[in-house]
Amino acid sequence: MELFDSLILLLDSTVRLTVPLLLACLAGLYSERAGIFDIGLEGKMLAGAFGAAVVAALTGSAWLGLFAGIGVSVAMALVHGVASITFRGNQIISGVAINFLAAGLTTLLGQTWFRQGGRTPQLNGDARFNGFDFPFADQLAEVPVVGSIYSELLSGHNVLVYAAFFAVPITYFVLFRTRFGLRLRASGENPKAVDTAGVNVNMMRFKAVLITGILCGIAGAYLSTGMSSGFVKDMTAGRGFIALAALIFAKWMPVPALYACLLFGFLSALGNFMQGAELPIIGEVPVQLVQALPYILTVVLLAGFIGKAVGPKAGGIPYVKER
Amino acid sequence: MIVRKPLPRWADLILVPFLNLTLAFLISGLVVLIIGENPIEAVKILLFGAFGYGEGLGYTLHFATNFIFAGLAFSIASHAGQFNIGAEGQAYVAGLGAILVALALDQTHWLLVMPLAMIASAAIGGFWGFVPGYLAAKRGSHVVITTIMFNFIASAFMVYMLNRVLKQSDNMAPESATVVNAGRMPQLREWWDYFGYSPLNVMFFVAVAALIAAYILLWRTELGYKIRTMGQNPSAAHYAGISNSAIVMIAMTISGAVAGMIALNEVLGVQNRLVLDFVFGYGFVGIAVGLMGRNHPIGIALAALLFGALYQGGQELAFMMPAVTREMILVIQALVILFTGAMEGLFRRPLEMMFGMLEFSKSEKSDDAPASSKS
Repeated sequence: MELFDSLILLLDSTVRLTVPLLLACLAGLYSERAGIFDIGLEGKMLAGAFGAAVVAALTGSAWLGLFAGIGVSVAMALVHGVASITFRGNQIISGVAINFLAAGLTTLLGQTWFRQGGRTPQLNGDARFNGFDFPFADQLAEVPVVGSIYSELLSGHNVLVYAAFFAVPITYFVLFRTRFGLRLRASGENPKAVDTAGVNVNMMRFKAVLITGILCGIAGAYLSTGMSSGFVKDMTAGRGFIALAALIFAKWMPVPALYACLLFGFLSALGNFMQGAELPIIGEVPVQLVQALPYILTVVLLAGFIGKAVGPKAGGIPYVKER
Repeated sequence: MIVRKPLPRWADLILVPFLNLTLAFLISGLVVLIIGENPIEAVKILLFGAFGYGEGLGYTLHFATNFIFAGLAFSIASHAGQFNIGAEGQAYVAGLGAILVALALDQTHWLLVMPLAMIASAAIGGFWGFVPGYLAAKRGSHVVITTIMFNFIASAFMVYMLNRVLKQSDNMAPESATVVNAGRMPQLREWWDYFGYSPLNVMFFVAVAALIAAYILLWRTELGYKIRTMGQNPSAAHYAGISNSAIVMIAMTISGAVAGMIALNEVLGVQNRLVLDFVFGYGFVGIAVGLMGRNHPIGIALAALLFGALYQGGQELAFMMPAVTREMILVIQALVILFTGAMEGLFRRPLEMMFGMLEFSKSEKSDDAPASSKS
């Protein structure tokens, strides 16, 4: 029973750690499916986390914070769009710039405004997204197995957690069951065909980049106002890149993206869990190995040793209309 | 009719980067203004801090040493058409080679330690560049993603090495043992006290030599010719009988090896021991330096000096102006990368039109001239 309880705790922590990965991963999915590489997920998430924490601290409302986080992240996404769509710049370089810009500006402005070493003030009460319980969660908690799954694992998270998981079927529907989704995917596979059909490729790509900004903003807001209570310097801690790895792992598909993010979320929960713990047969497994596993798996997958990950064909190439 | 023509060489090499850089600095000034400080005052402090006195200049050149290596690493891969974002991780793991050689030979002479540490660092850094190169060339992996992943793997690996393998039992901090004698790179201040307490050391001369060597390699050797041909047109290179996959692997290995030199400058020049995160983002600055320097050694030297001045002057600025923190440098760096790299086309297109118009009006006038003289 004790083992089962710690398993539930581990899975509960997996769910919490999966959410930012999942939101960022779906964000990257829209952009890359439309043909715009985005290694700036990390920066947009960080900027979103900062914006959300600042506004939540000033207004005391987590919802206003969320909108601010989305706004800041979308602004960053538009910079990426202007650089890589309008000016046909290198999308990788633009992404690198956005990551640095977010890392620098958040700490600089945070220090200027709050003078707490880049932190924002501690958020309490309504300034955070607090978890809410499902009906009868308390009563059912005593029921063996099902009870703890229901009241610990499923219930008690905040609204952004459920929103993130709900975003998976929505993304699937939008990308694979609507005209908008078909055009978006075509812009990343064969933009010329989209253009021939009379659809503006660059406008499609801008829309995709915009959605990326919105989702990264929600991911950031979750980090600073949901998972923790305030913004801390560099709080994304490489999650944007793990999300990118998950995207490749999922071969740019929404439902596999959920599985990849759950796997990577589980690995980071396991990493926290195993800090210094001894395993029966293997002995002590280095935490660093568990932490590096998502990156190692992605390298192995990309190299085609386990399956083959091939991205959208027109990814990274600016579209130039023929004259 | 307005024709867009390619820009003249001087405009392409000087005018466009200058305009982009100016815009990046103007926006940086705006950021300084937003956080409530005087940008002009900030520039004065920055310039004095970077060049105004010996110790400041020493620090500027010390940072520039790192940035020359990082910029060259980025550029050499870039000439082969590979976007190596992995200099950070390559330099980080290379620290192992530097410290192990230095610790083993600490009782000998620096003239022995230095070449061997360089070889060891180059070998490990080069290996960390070779693997993504191999995966790109033979398995079709995207080099950008692989190098990003390798940065994180390097980071986790080094945390493990420092905590479990190299850590001394009498020290709580995850650090290696300290080199005390020959393992330390000779500091220039030992010969010339003008440089005060700055850690400028012999690696600076290695960096200058590396700039010249890179020029010779890329523009005066067969291998360099192959690298540049492959980078500009892989199918033409293939048609000419060049093995593209071999060139990618060689270029990525050289790139990683050059990045590895940062380890000597920092580990054996400043810290005298291996510490966590000693690369401190210098590898990433190489992207900005390479982009700004147009992947040419002369440009890289100038860009490295500029960033060296920004880093040293920025520290002075953080000291003198409390509102300006170290992260201001990151913001400037980001804006420089954005405007000289990704938004490079911002001024190019208008300039092309402008030059096109100038040419057009010139040719119109010269058409008129003979006609009028006849009548």
